[in-house]
Amino acid sequence: MSTPILEVENLSKSYGGVHAVRGVSFTLAAGEILALIGPNGAGKSTCFNMLNGQISRDTGSVRILGRDTAGLRPREIWRLGVGRTFQITATYPSMTVRENVQVALLSHHRELGRLFGFAGARHHAEADRLLGLVGMRDLAERPCGELAYGDLKRLELAIALVNEPRLLLMDEPTAGMAPKERVALMRLTATIAREQSIGVLFTEHDMDVVFEHADRIMVLNRGSLIAGGTPAEVRNNPDVKAVYLGEGSVYGGEAAA
Amino acid sequence: MSSVAQPSEPRRNDAGPDQNQRVASVEFFVVQFLTGLASAASLFLVASGLSIIFGVTRIVNFAHGAFYMLGAYVAYTLTDRFEGFFGFWGGIVVAALVVAAVGALLEIVLLRRIYRAPELFQLLATFGVTLMVQDLVVMIWGPEDLVGPRAPGLRGAVDILGLAVPTYDLFLIVLGPLVLGGLWILFHRTRWGVLVRAATQDRDMVAALGVNQTWLFTSVFALGIFLAGLGGALQIPRNAVTHLMDLSIIVEVFVVVVIGGLGSVLGAFIAAVLVSELNAFGILIFPKISIVLVFLVMACVLIVRPWGLLGRAEGPARQPAGLSIRPWRPMSQNQRLIMLAVVVAAGFAPFVTGDYALTVLAEIAVFALFAASLHFLMTVGGLASFGHAAYFGLGAYGAAFATTMFGMPMIGSLLLGPLLGVAGAILFGWFCVRLSGVYFAMLTLAFAQIAWSIAFQWVEVTGGDNGILGVWPASWASSPATFYWLALAVSVIGIVALRVLVFSPFGYALRATRDSALRSEAIGIDRSRVQWAAFVIAGTFAGIAGALFAFLKGSVFPDNLAIPMSVDGLVMVLLGGIETVSGAVVGAIVYKALAIWLVSQTDLSKLVLGAIIVLLVVAFPKGIVGFAEDLLARRRTRADDGGSAARTAPAKATAPTSGSGAAPIAAPKMEAAR
Ligand SMILES: Nc1ncnc2c1ncn2[C@@H]1O[C@H](COP(=O)(O)OP(=O)(O)OP(=O)(O)O)[C@@H](O)[C@H]1O
Ligand SMILES: [Mg+2]
Repeated sequence: MSTPILEVENLSKSYGGVHAVRGVSFTLAAGEILALIGPNGAGKSTCFNMLNGQISRDTGSVRILGRDTAGLRPREIWRLGVGRTFQITATYPSMTVRENVQVALLSHHRELGRLFGFAGARHHAEADRLLGLVGMRDLAERPCGELAYGDLKRLELAIALVNEPRLLLMDEPTAGMAPKERVALMRLTATIAREQSIGVLFTEHDMDVVFEHADRIMVLNRGSLIAGGTPAEVRNNPDVKAVYLGEGSVYGGEAAA
Repeated sequence: MSSVAQPSEPRRNDAGPDQNQRVASVEFFVVQFLTGLASAASLFLVASGLSIIFGVTRIVNFAHGAFYMLGAYVAYTLTDRFEGFFGFWGGIVVAALVVAAVGALLEIVLLRRIYRAPELFQLLATFGVTLMVQDLVVMIWGPEDLVGPRAPGLRGAVDILGLAVPTYDLFLIVLGPLVLGGLWILFHRTRWGVLVRAATQDRDMVAALGVNQTWLFTSVFALGIFLAGLGGALQIPRNAVTHLMDLSIIVEVFVVVVIGGLGSVLGAFIAAVLVSELNAFGILIFPKISIVLVFLVMACVLIVRPWGLLGRAEGPARQPAGLSIRPWRPMSQNQRLIMLAVVVAAGFAPFVTGDYALTVLAEIAVFALFAASLHFLMTVGGLASFGHAAYFGLGAYGAAFATTMFGMPMIGSLLLGPLLGVAGAILFGWFCVRLSGVYFAMLTLAFAQIAWSIAFQWVEVTGGDNGILGVWPASWASSPATFYWLALAVSVIGIVALRVLVFSPFGYALRATRDSALRSEAIGIDRSRVQWAAFVIAGTFAGIAGALFAFLKGSVFPDNLAIPMSVDGLVMVLLGGIETVSGAVVGAIVYKALAIWLVSQTDLSKLVLGAIIVLLVVAFPKGIVGFAEDLLARRRTRADDGGSAARTAPAKATAPTSGSGAAPIAAPKMEAAR
């Protein structure tokens, strides 16, 4: 196989005495969908933030498409072809849905420095195509500030696809959505990932979504990876069961099924 | 900086050696150092009060300087009436208590309404209070400087290394650390103090503990104001009491908390000592522009530690100024035609009005451009500058220099003059965009005041207080009518250019950095570069307005870059509607016309203006244009509902106002609920 999309080795981060992430290593291949799961506070978001350069790492190396990302800022990592969605959505509430995508397109084409010309007229069709992909074509004219939370999540996916990424980092992409929407969004992500051979790393609390869509699952607990493998392997791993015991999560029902 | 900010404060007790025999002896340096330490005491008291208030309530209390001044005035009255040892010291303490009570009242009446409002509104509201206090103080105590009594028991001087140091200065030197220690005990050894510290860390948690947050806030505010009042009261044996001391101290305090870190009492102490010593020794190094030294140090601290020496990084900013969830649209063809008609109609003014009206109209045109430039930075960029007049004033001085020093013709001066504003914006902006929110506001204010001080102190070049006269327009433009046309043309072109910028890709990039720094970084936008460019653009147009202004008045003065001018700009934008594209222009026209009329009607224009600002912030945060747009939008929704009842999501279009501070998206709440 060619170089993996993402190679992570011995990634660690601590806040004061709290080891948010310790010694995490894994790789992600093109077209693969990898889930990172774990209870609240396990360190999932911290991992994502280190991968896209938002926070600095204490130790470890991250290679994206074979390139070491040490010292790169998020905007530079984005230029390498990394799309990111956030656990707490980050969009532009003062703009319309389409304009949100257009800004990202303008940035991708390095046109944001232009001082004249109406920006709303640029990359109109491309923005609509991306919105169509996530099923938001009808909402293009709507003010982003009045979208429902699930729609914001879909918009974030559209924005993340703007720079034709090779790697998608999705932190709880379906949180706040109705069950049907979740399945639809993850199916869509999977299709796009396979077609364009994008590597997807995502995290999710809804175990139905995780077990149905992930090719591989890693389980994080208190900053450390405690298990990894195919959905079937992870499902039957006693350590994982222990971690989730008492959480009353969907996972319990899943496992029994 | 007290020698800098407002020069009218005579230093009576300055026992330092005569300026002429400024020998560089060790003794002299020691005494100079002690003088610096003594000045630091009051500065520390005021700055720590500001810091404590900010730590808990997250409000930067612009009115802090006003309370400092009130403390001095009340102490003057009390110590004047009750003499003797107890009269004096009792008077000082009672004065601080009285001021603290007034502060508590202000908190209850005004601040409680705006705790959740954007920072800009809080700064503006407390600035409005400052304006009101200025007029009230003059009403009660008169405009003359008042000289208070000396401290009983501490009248003499102590001989140190052969030079006389006032005993009172030594008292202040000891007092500073004592207050620092007292505050430490208060915050670490009392239940109240522990609660306050907990509230500084996490306000919601304290609320969950069942503590009455409302009164905790009030008591913290009263304590902060007590410290400000005490700082003012303690100054009366050293300096005369003047009605200008509020702005001079607040700028110094802003510099101190920017250096020390907002919210840190120890940081305030260290920075107060640093700034006071820099002032004490700056006089020796740069006698003419001692302020430069403070500027250099502040710049260095900000580069190394953007949140000050002991400050902590602010969390993600609260809802930035200017954020609206009603997306902006460029003008339709019809609207453009209407605007064209308005401009053409304005062009006919010289045929229907007299010379005086034309000068007023020209001034309104100049300020419309100034306000539009601030709007670009503040509304589009979300960067509320409290020192935008700096670039206006620099443009004016640039034009004046070009005319009087280099004998440029008017057109040349109009083209070159603004370059000084551009240069200032490039330099100051580089530092300012490293910060955001209140830090940004304070830093812009401090830079503007530094520019003001240079204009004021560097008499050889700028003429100081006397300004530069004889900046008259070329003969072809000297009639009020032609100058009005010139001003109108430049202003219209400038405003149109700014509007084109708003809708250009760059304008979108700027709005993107305002709406979400996180998302912008994640899609490849270099926030500080975009904001720096916006700062320079805004400074350029302000500079153009300033250059026009110089020719309109025929002169330039330090007033052109003073704080009141900056605040005028802010009020114009706010009055017009901070969330709108055309609000600034409407606001400038209404405000300027109102102000000119007001000054002709009343002596208490500051009182009225201050009240208007407070009212605007509390009751009409959306301004004139915002209000009109709301009306239109509401009518449209109603019409829509009549047609197709099944509109999708609940139309929140008119709901969240910046005044109520409601977050436009539900996301953070979802997170909290998890
Ligand atoms: N800036 C920070 N300062 C201090 N501690 C932090 C910080 N950010 C995260 N932590 C801590 O690090 C740990 C991991 O947090 P993280 O947000 O990565 O968890 P998560 O797995 O994403 O949880 P969730 O499922 O709730 O999103 C937690 O204990 C958290 O309290
Ligand atoms: Mg998380």
